Amino acid sequence: MANLASEFIGIKSPNPFWLASAPPTDKEYNVRRAFEAGWGGVVWKTLGSEGPPVVNVNGPRYGAIWGADRRLLGLNNIELITDRPLETNLREIKSVKRDYPDRALIISLMVPCDEDSWADILKRIEDTGADGVELNFGCPHGMAERGMGSAVGQVPEYIEMVTRWVKKHSRMPCIVKLTPNITDVRKPAEAAKRGGADAVSLINTINSITSVDLDDFAPEPTIDGKGTHGGYCGPAVKPIALNMVAEIARNPETHGLPISGIGGVTTWRDAAEFMTLGAGNVQVCTAAMTYGFKVVQEMISGLSDYMDRKGMTSTSELVGRAVPNVTDWQYLNLNYITKAKINEADCIKCGRCYAACEDTSHQAIAMSEDRVFTVKDDECVACNLCVNVCPVEGCITMERVAPGQVDERTGKVVPEEYGNWLEHPNNPGNACAAE
Amino acid sequence: MTSNTLTPGIAAGRLPGEDYSRNFADLHPVLDDHEALVAADRCYFCHDAPCMTACPTSIDIPLFIRQIATGTPEAAAKTILNQNILGGMCARVCPTETLCEEACVRETAEGKPVQIGRLQRFATDTLMAAGVHPFERAAPTGKAVAVVGAGPAGLSCAHRLAMHGHDVTVFDPRPKAGGLNEFGIAAYKSVDGFAAKEVDWLLQIGGITVETGQALGAGLSLEKLKADHDAVFLAIGLAGVNALGVEGEDKDGVDDAVEFIADLRQADDMSTVPIGRDVVVIGGGMTAVDAAVQAKLLGALNVTLVYRRGKDRMNASVFEQDLAASKGVRIITNASPKAVIGNGAVQEIEFEYTDDDLAPTGETFRLAADQVFKAIGQTLGRTDLPELDGRKIAVNDTGRTSMAGVWAGGDCASGGDDLTVTAVAEGRDAAEDIHATLMA
Ligand SMILES: Cc1cc2nc3c(=O)[nH]c(=O)nc-3n(C[C@H](O)[C@H](O)[C@H](O)COP(=O)(O)OP(=O)(O)OC[C@H]3O[C@@H](n4cnc5c(N)ncnc54)[C@H](O)[C@@H]3O)c2cc1C
Ligand SMILES: Cc1cc2nc3c(=O)[nH]c(=O)nc-3n(C[C@H](O)[C@H](O)[C@H](O)COP(=O)(O)O)c2cc1C
Ligand code: SF4
Ligand code: SF4
Ligand code: SF4
Repeated sequence: MANLASEFIGIKSPNPFWLASAPPTDKEYNVRRAFEAGWGGVVWKTLGSEGPPVVNVNGPRYGAIWGADRRLLGLNNIELITDRPLETNLREIKSVKRDYPDRALIISLMVPCDEDSWADILKRIEDTGADGVELNFGCPHGMAERGMGSAVGQVPEYIEMVTRWVKKHSRMPCIVKLTPNITDVRKPAEAAKRGGADAVSLINTINSITSVDLDDFAPEPTIDGKGTHGGYCGPAVKPIALNMVAEIARNPETHGLPISGIGGVTTWRDAAEFMTLGAGNVQVCTAAMTYGFKVVQEMISGLSDYMDRKGMTSTSELVGRAVPNVTDWQYLNLNYITKAKINEADCIKCGRCYAACEDTSHQAIAMSEDRVFTVKDDECVACNLCVNVCPVEGCITMERVAPGQVDERTGKVVPEEYGNWLEHPNNPGNACAAE
Repeated sequence: MTSNTLTPGIAAGRLPGEDYSRNFADLHPVLDDHEALVAADRCYFCHDAPCMTACPTSIDIPLFIRQIATGTPEAAAKTILNQNILGGMCARVCPTETLCEEACVRETAEGKPVQIGRLQRFATDTLMAAGVHPFERAAPTGKAVAVVGAGPAGLSCAHRLAMHGHDVTVFDPRPKAGGLNEFGIAAYKSVDGFAAKEVDWLLQIGGITVETGQALGAGLSLEKLKADHDAVFLAIGLAGVNALGVEGEDKDGVDDAVEFIADLRQADDMSTVPIGRDVVVIGGGMTAVDAAVQAKLLGALNVTLVYRRGKDRMNASVFEQDLAASKGVRIITNASPKAVIGNGAVQEIEFEYTDDDLAPTGETFRLAADQVFKAIGQTLGRTDLPELDGRKIAVNDTGRTSMAGVWAGGDCASGGDDLTVTAVAEGRDAAEDIHATLMA
């Protein structure tokens, strides 16, 4: 079994699976049980300043969307930061860390946007034994209206300023947690780096309304006839998070800045994907909230199994492996030509590929009287839609047309060499190429 | 001379050649990748899962199914084999409809449980096809343990002991290890020599010597085994067969169901196995059903299974009863055998109807029979053993017997159902207790 031991900005943990700051890490009882179940680390539920804690709603705080068979795909919440007294949290953090010295324990923080508030909270957490802090600049509801959370995270100058305060008043490693509720995630990441952050973590939740009650005409979850936007997370947000992680990993300004990947991690495979795109470790919230702490056991066995198969002995060999292969559209090889191929033996003759291609794509699938489905190579543009709608995994494959052969759709010989849009004759930028 | 289904008496080769391979093909073939993913997707990953509680070996079912769902069937197999080293055989032979699948919450929800047994087979077959044995021996302890009987209980105990670094010798009178996996389980549940392949795979752990042709009571004595080893585990199953106790029982054609099945399991070619035209099986358990079904599959014209109590009291599960019915076996309940009739060989057998308390009703009937199989239970059939509890060796939760240094498990020991999976659990648990005792 591959060794999953992980070191992230100097913080060691037996595996790269941390619980994200959220209800699973809200109290000592949870965190102890999480560690017993095998989690490598936790980011404690976000702490606020000293004084009366925030209050949560007392009606429902989650909404959801489901896939077939009621599999939970996306969760949305309107929960705030911890609603328990600061002292209680600090006492519990200290006690857990003492008993689990080998696990990572990070404290998530969110206090008002002035230097004194940050200096004060940092001093209070100093002797908990925690391994680092995470600055929650991401929460999109409730706290943002009070000038915290994503209200800070959406203004790069504020991120830089607060990060600088934190580095000035504390020697702890500092992770800046980013909000996805912005247009270009590279800007806040750059700001965090300028402020001296040791790492960024992303994503926090996405502004969302999951559904509307069509009898009461109110967004769900509905509280006494009203609802509000909440933070979206779970498997549905993974593609958004993966892209944001990749953007930061390949941005020359932030390349090499350690990233903790968050957003929809549910299986070992999700975790491995985040790591190949540059995440040094991952954080998980919804999967634990859906399936319980035990879900980490599959992540552990799956990742080590995968690493064994790949002959990798350390997770660091995985981190960033796919980053060089993330590029811009204009650099993709236009001379790489494929055609869909339907394997008749696997086909169950449902006709979904036909409907998709005939009605909405390129009319490239033929259907015979006795429901045999075949791809017309002279029409197929290799869009991949049929592959994605086919209910049988692996039934339709994309086969490359080898260089030197004729692409039946264009009637042209497939060139040997790489050729992208920048060099393409149709590119208006290449005025002379057309001649 | 060629025979067919109408040939009277006991005869081999009643069917055209190709029918045999069709009849004895895998009852539940292994799922393909697509089927496995669809089946795995139905599992809810329940907390403190009821299926897991219902499994005598407590396999972490939600975890292994999730591992299949995420494309790591070999990791799934490890999860299974950690708890149940014969997880491959159990996937084939467990009456899941009365164990894990009965408890599955999707049985409650839709009357259709997650296909746990078949998913288990998918995982274990994948690992075994890759030729992987995922366990390693601990450093040698220098302790020697004798395991008597190479059935599921003995093999499971031997593997766990070997893993802990002990040296194990397994003794068995039969020419092959495996116990009833090799000689008893219905042929269509364990095709292509799976039982023997699984034994070879299990022995890859090392540190286990199998000595065949060695029987307790005939050459081996418990005293000697105790003297030569640090501990002894008895796993001799139930070698004796109960008698009918009726007039004419000794006539030709009246046979033990287990012997018939053992011969059939060892036959290379099913067309050489003789079977009656009119076969009557007496009993209501798994052995009775297996004998009846396999008699039918060999080409017997009429096969009747007769049980002395009501259908609901039959030990064979509803699934097994339905399987028998679907193969054309007629099931008669509430009837007890009175006499075997015939001149030298059996020709007819007489029954009397009985009520649910086995009180005779005085009403009798006869069935034509040129072969009768007795499947009314097996017995220990020996006396040189530790104290008994009823008809089995008395043991505590971890398999300790009345004799110091002697443990027992599987069918020969008290407690638990007579099932492969129970035998595996008892062998494993006794091994842990032996290990703890020897290392204390
Ligand atoms: C026909 C039949 C069908 C069955 N079908 C199923 C099924 O589908 N599913 C299921 O779960 N269970 C089934 N069972 C029950 C299952 O096979 C047993 O519960 C299980 O094999 C018990 O394991 P064991 O190791 O205790 O005994 P066994 O498998 O009986 O093994 C005992 C071993 O001890 C050896 N032995 C006997 N006497 C001595 C001696 N004196 N000295 C040394 N060794 C000795 C034997 O040769 C044998 O190898 C079936 C049983 C029968 C008879
Ligand atoms: C109920 C709930 C409460 C959360 N509270 C916090 C919080 O206090 N601080 C924080 O940084 N993130 C919080 N998050 C966001 C998560 O830490 C995480 O970034 C997000 O859920 C995406 O990960 P996931 O898809 O694995 O759930 C919360 C999420 C949920 C569902
Ligand atoms: S999950 Fe628990 S706390 Fe939440 S609504 Fe249900 S019962 Fe109440
Ligand atoms: S979608 Fe897939 S299964 Fe359905 S007809 Fe097309 S190829 Fe066959
Ligand atoms: S009870 Fe059924 S659904 Fe629940 S974990 Fe077990 S197999 Fe899965």
